[in-house]
Amino acid sequence: MAKLLSVNNLSVHFSTGNGVVKAVDQISYELNTGETLGIVGESGCGKSVSALSLLRLIPNPPGKIVDGEILFEGRDLLKASKEEICDIRGNKIAMIFQEPMTSLNPVLTIGQQVAEPFMVHQQMKKKQAAAEAVKALKKVHIPDSGKRLADYPHQFSGGMRQRAMIAMGLTCAPKIIIADEPTTALDVTIQAQLLTLMKQLTIDTGAALIIITHNLGIIARYADRVNVMYAGKIVEKASAADLYKYPKHPYAIGLMASVPKLDQDVKTRLQPIEGQPPDLADLPEGCAFHPRCRYKIEQCRVSAPSLRTISDDHEIACWVDV
Amino acid sequence: MSDKEKNILLEVKAVSKFFPVHGGFIFKRKLGDIKAVDRVSFHIKKGETLGLVGESGCGKTTTGRLILNLEEASHGIITFDGKDITHPGKKENRALKKEMQVIFQDPFGSLNPRMTVREIVGQPLIIHHMTTGKAEFKQKVDHLLEIVGLNPGMADRYPHEFSGGQRQRIGIARALSLKPRFIVCDEPVSALDVSIQAQIINLLEQLQEDFGLTYLFIAHDLAVVRHISDRIAVMYLGNIVEVASRADLYNHPCHPYTRGLLSAVPIPDPEVEAKREQFVIQGEVPSLMNPPDGCKFHPRCPRAIPICYEQSPSLLQQTDAGHWAACHNI
Ligand SMILES: Nc1ncnc2c1ncn2[C@@H]1O[C@H](COP(=O)(O)OP(=O)(O)OP(=O)(O)O)[C@@H](O)[C@H]1O
Ligand SMILES: Nc1ncnc2c1ncn2[C@@H]1O[C@H](COP(=O)(O)OP(=O)(O)OP(=O)(O)O)[C@@H](O)[C@H]1O
Ligand SMILES: [Mg+2]
Ligand SMILES: [Mg+2]
Repeated sequence: MAKLLSVNNLSVHFSTGNGVVKAVDQISYELNTGETLGIVGESGCGKSVSALSLLRLIPNPPGKIVDGEILFEGRDLLKASKEEICDIRGNKIAMIFQEPMTSLNPVLTIGQQVAEPFMVHQQMKKKQAAAEAVKALKKVHIPDSGKRLADYPHQFSGGMRQRAMIAMGLTCAPKIIIADEPTTALDVTIQAQLLTLMKQLTIDTGAALIIITHNLGIIARYADRVNVMYAGKIVEKASAADLYKYPKHPYAIGLMASVPKLDQDVKTRLQPIEGQPPDLADLPEGCAFHPRCRYKIEQCRVSAPSLRTISDDHEIACWVDV
Repeated sequence: MSDKEKNILLEVKAVSKFFPVHGGFIFKRKLGDIKAVDRVSFHIKKGETLGLVGESGCGKTTTGRLILNLEEASHGIITFDGKDITHPGKKENRALKKEMQVIFQDPFGSLNPRMTVREIVGQPLIIHHMTTGKAEFKQKVDHLLEIVGLNPGMADRYPHEFSGGQRQRIGIARALSLKPRFIVCDEPVSALDVSIQAQIINLLEQLQEDFGLTYLFIAHDLAVVRHISDRIAVMYLGNIVEVASRADLYNHPCHPYTRGLLSAVPIPDPEVEAKREQFVIQGEVPSLMNPPDGCKFHPRCPRAIPICYEQSPSLLQQTDAGHWAACHNI
């Protein structure tokens, strides 16, 4: 597998009324061709912001990418010109957003929106682009796709809108597809349809897929490797198989124990992670997880651990060997 | 009353709810009905949790609202503790409000932002004249907050000062205030973060043990439903297509729709996932206004046979253990 993307020491800060929010704090990771990377963690831990920075989509102000580099095809995306970034967005790196209703334009038809990338990035004529749009919608299982080009987003069901978004994301054979909670608003059945579709695409075209979710089941089914995030940092990196079998960071261990599983003994009570998710504008000293951690030692209150390798392809940011 | 009937707290018999759909610019004319709930029957035993699952729009919330008399049934009968409550009078309705409560999905939208937590939790006590004085009121609310794991010292704060999980606890405390026997939990953990979900599920289980509560637990996360339910009913387009004990439903699902739903749920274990058969239900939920003829699931069903296109299957008993399914081709 060839290296496609490497993110080094990326930090993104937001200035808010409550102070500086370190939404993403010194994260580094790599992505290979054909690979599916899962990013998990609680709400607000920085998953979306870390993905949005790849395309420089952080609203500024209040947000700012303060440090780091993002190497893609031999260049640093953080130093690329506006034109270069525009070309990469939608053409080489496709992003499928968390909320389909807010990311589709309500006054343009579905056909116009799906055909647009063909016209912009591949200089097609209207008619040809429309034909491609029909094909793209068919690929994501929109029935009667030819007839529905003239529909506006509100005439589509939630699931269909989400699929139209995916069709748009995939039009230009991207190298990286980022799916941000592609399915939280969807039913399990449609969820499975869509993710299977994207996964198939990585197999067919060698594109890499980044799935952002807090559903550990989705990660288990679709991801090869996983980054677990907590309070803006990556706290564990492992292959999906390793993470589920031998989670090593106390937060990852807690996460695994807290979700009900279809194949688990039902008589056992769930073991929630005690306490509340942290306030990113007011993080505790030391390791951000220490107030909720049952394995904490004195050092955890004082200094924040960096990632260390514990076995092949498995890293954790924790002072303790659990 | 037989012994069996005595154990039943709630019974829903062939209940339907039709919403009229109107069209036209000047003269409104009726275009048809949405059959949100279509001849649905089930019962819930005392102290039991019945899970209700199905895709978005299949009629789960409407079923819950019918039971709570927030919607009036178009057809059918609902009984509670042996009494017909389908069309209650005013006085009867008031009495029922004490026995049945609801916990909503959205812990943000369902709490009045201008009321303090004490006012929110205590409001039902005042409406139902269940408190005699200030001191008693305060003591009762404090106790309710303690039950759901909130610090009574926080009672004078407003909802926006609380996290999602804490707000859901506030909603639960309010639901408990009248000491109900039955609670409709409509997606109580769907809006919550993974790490907070487990806290609320454990709390609901603990309360059930402590107070002998009976739950109708509506959700679309089948792993959560399995964890908390004794029996589970599966709904598709306004119909119940399968009812069974937890073990039967998850180990031996009969209906192709249930099988599809279950195989769509990923299990958080890559090894198990790699070995599982994956059957993805294709297509989307059809319109409720023009549902397909015959079995409503047939356009998406991998096992449809000619009769499925014509005749709607009835919910039939499959085993003595109370496993029911509506399918021509089991
Ligand atoms: N526009 C903004 N202004 C201020 N703070 C922001 C903004 N966008 C994000 N943040 C902060 O950055 C942090 C990370 O947000 P992000 O959206 O990446 O979370 P997430 O992990 O994707 O959560 P979720 O699972 O809820 O989508 C949050 O704490 C959030 O408050
Ligand atoms: N007051 C109403 N007027 C008209 N139609 C309604 C009304 N309430 C519900 N419906 C329709 O009835 C159907 C069932 O809705 P219901 O809210 O019961 O679904 P649900 O199973 O709870 O879905 P979800 O999982 O999305 O919450 C839907 O098609 C909905 O649009
Ligand atoms: Mg996000
Ligand atoms: Mg509902």
